[in-house]
Amino acid sequence: MKRSLLSMNDLDRQDILTILDTAGSMHDVQHREVKKLPTLRGRTVVNLFFEDSTRTRSSFEIAGKWLSADVINISGKGSSTSKGESLRDTVRTVAAMGVDGFVIRHSASGAAQQVSQWVDAVVINAGDGLHEHPTQALLDAYTMRQRLGDLEGLHVAIVGDLTHSRVLRSNLICLKTLGARVTVVAPPTLMPAGIQTWSQTEGFDTSYDLDAVLPGADAVMMLRVQRERMSGGFFPTEREYTVGYGLTRERLRLLQKHTVICHPGPMNRGLEIAADAADAAQSLVLDQVSAGVAIRMSVLYHLFAGEGSLS
Amino acid sequence: MNLLIKGADLIGTGRQDVLVRDGVVSEIGMLASGLLGSETVDQTIEADGLIALPGLVDLHTHLREPGREDAETIASGSAAAAVGGFTAILAMANTTPVTDTAEAAERVLDLGRLAALVDVQPVGAITKGLAGEELAELALMAHSRARVRVFSDDGRCVQDARVMRRALEYVRAFGGVVSQHAQDSQLADRHACCHEGELSGRLGLPGWPGIAEEVIVARDVMLARHTGSRIHIAHVSTAGSVEVIRWAKAQGIAVTAEVTPHHLMLTTDLLAGYDPTFKVNPPLRPAEDVQVLRAALADGTIDAVATDHAPHARHDKEHTFINAAFGVLGLETAFSVVSDVMVGSGLLDWAGVARVMSVAPAGIAGLSGHGRPIAVGEPANLTLVDPSATVTVDREASLSLSRNNPWHGRRLTGVVHATVLRGLPTVLKGELV
Repeated sequence: MKRSLLSMNDLDRQDILTILDTAGSMHDVQHREVKKLPTLRGRTVVNLFFEDSTRTRSSFEIAGKWLSADVINISGKGSSTSKGESLRDTVRTVAAMGVDGFVIRHSASGAAQQVSQWVDAVVINAGDGLHEHPTQALLDAYTMRQRLGDLEGLHVAIVGDLTHSRVLRSNLICLKTLGARVTVVAPPTLMPAGIQTWSQTEGFDTSYDLDAVLPGADAVMMLRVQRERMSGGFFPTEREYTVGYGLTRERLRLLQKHTVICHPGPMNRGLEIAADAADAAQSLVLDQVSAGVAIRMSVLYHLFAGEGSLS
Repeated sequence: MNLLIKGADLIGTGRQDVLVRDGVVSEIGMLASGLLGSETVDQTIEADGLIALPGLVDLHTHLREPGREDAETIASGSAAAAVGGFTAILAMANTTPVTDTAEAAERVLDLGRLAALVDVQPVGAITKGLAGEELAELALMAHSRARVRVFSDDGRCVQDARVMRRALEYVRAFGGVVSQHAQDSQLADRHACCHEGELSGRLGLPGWPGIAEEVIVARDVMLARHTGSRIHIAHVSTAGSVEVIRWAKAQGIAVTAEVTPHHLMLTTDLLAGYDPTFKVNPPLRPAEDVQVLRAALADGTIDAVATDHAPHARHDKEHTFINAAFGVLGLETAFSVVSDVMVGSGLLDWAGVARVMSVAPAGIAGLSGHGRPIAVGEPANLTLVDPSATVTVDREASLSLSRNNPWHGRRLTGVVHATVLRGLPTVLKGELV
């Protein structure tokens, strides 16, 4: 396994399976009365969040604490970058204090990759702009695998604002590596530039027609659609978006019985996902949140404690 | 002061000796033939194996003075230019304060004269403060000591078609030309930083589509046709723009165009590692566009090479890609890149290099003492280049105050050996005199 996790491309199939399996053990810890493992005692992990986040930051914090690491949170708004310090100076300053690793979230694509070139510490990408969010893809895979078994050959539909989604980019790599078939669905204005050649190179499908895709899907991953996108002219009204691409109560009937529904959150109920879909028995939304801690424990464990056995 | 240049190949037409007296080419011939006079020579440049070109002219540099003297000064930029083989450079107006008055233009001219390494010709802003709203004092700049003829809001595009139309009409009174940074701000806003295509999609970087350049080029050539004025398109970067310019020239529209060395060689895929060194505006384009730009430069659709030399302090580049400053250095490497890419491939001969790096840019800028033939009675602005020498670019070796050099570590064939400004060597054996 590589030393840092910047992109899902850093993990091969075996790495992913190892992380998912370890996450299973960690998930058990999560349900114990005493949750603490001594594994990362004496290690210091800095959560460096330059962008607002509730679930990702808190799940990394809980994961680090349950592994006995010292976890420090630095948020961008109160940090030196808002005083005009460059990102490079900020991370090198914190690194000079002797920390072992950074978990970094930044609104700029490529930020984690750049940071990894500036410091010697382990760097974990907790979301960089529109680029990637590897631990989200891992927890999505973990959750789907729990319910559906091996993902090899399964068909996953990813639906919504593809252009502005780092979750999409990490999931495309992760699901392909695990052998799943992927179809991405969105109106043309919310498809990333160059998706036609991209989909050919990477072997996934694209569609503008959600109703045609849903009946063949084993999993449906709904992505958040920010209401602000309307002012950018990406779609005319919420109503029109929902009619075309929302997972509505009516569309639930198109799903097979075993088909699961995922959403990385936060959800816009009534826009991309109806309450009936979000709260359906097939919905894995809360399982995803629960898996988030286990996956982040597993990633921290493998990157900081190395390949040794779980104590 | 008499200078003798011995045995240079004059623009690829054959070896001759050139005698320069008081800044003017006074005799051309072979010493051995006895054609050259026997008067005393103060200085001799042995030019065996070198090609003599008319001194290079750069239509597009950013010198950062006044305002950001930590990144470049007129003196340091002049030194980099001389080492790059240039005898004249045009200094863009986007300094702080902006060159939008006669006084500001004269100040740039005077600082250039003080450095005395190249002729520094100020470009005037089209609009006050580069705001794109009201015309700057174009005529006062034109009639100042700086004799400004090229006007540009470079760094920003004149979005308002009405303002652009008025500027084109107005500069006709004094033979000016408007140089446009073509970027429709609705199609490529200030965050746009990666050629829009598969890579921008994968990297999650805001796309800068070719069409954002092409719609402005198309609009502006039509405005130039309507007004009968001269329009110059700065840093053309796409095949689509080339098509429009080719069409416009065929219609007889007075349009000229430039291409940068980086758009002739570097491609979009260099952005894959998010290294802000490769962040330029317009962005690096795919290889297909690069091929079209090279062919267009060879066939004359694109008139000139211009560096868009854009020095930046290190800390302005050490940000996330989307937040880092736009621009790369270009003055010291421009000749080597053109030699490597255009001459090495057979697309241009030495007369062609003289055309795109000296004659055409001097003509566009109206610099009467530059871009002249190497002939008796002409001002001795000359560049001697070694066509077979190679250089491995080292950013630390630069005379620029900045280090944002996208060529670092690349090996290029064709090196500037000496530069002569009005008969006085500014550079010998690649070193500033």
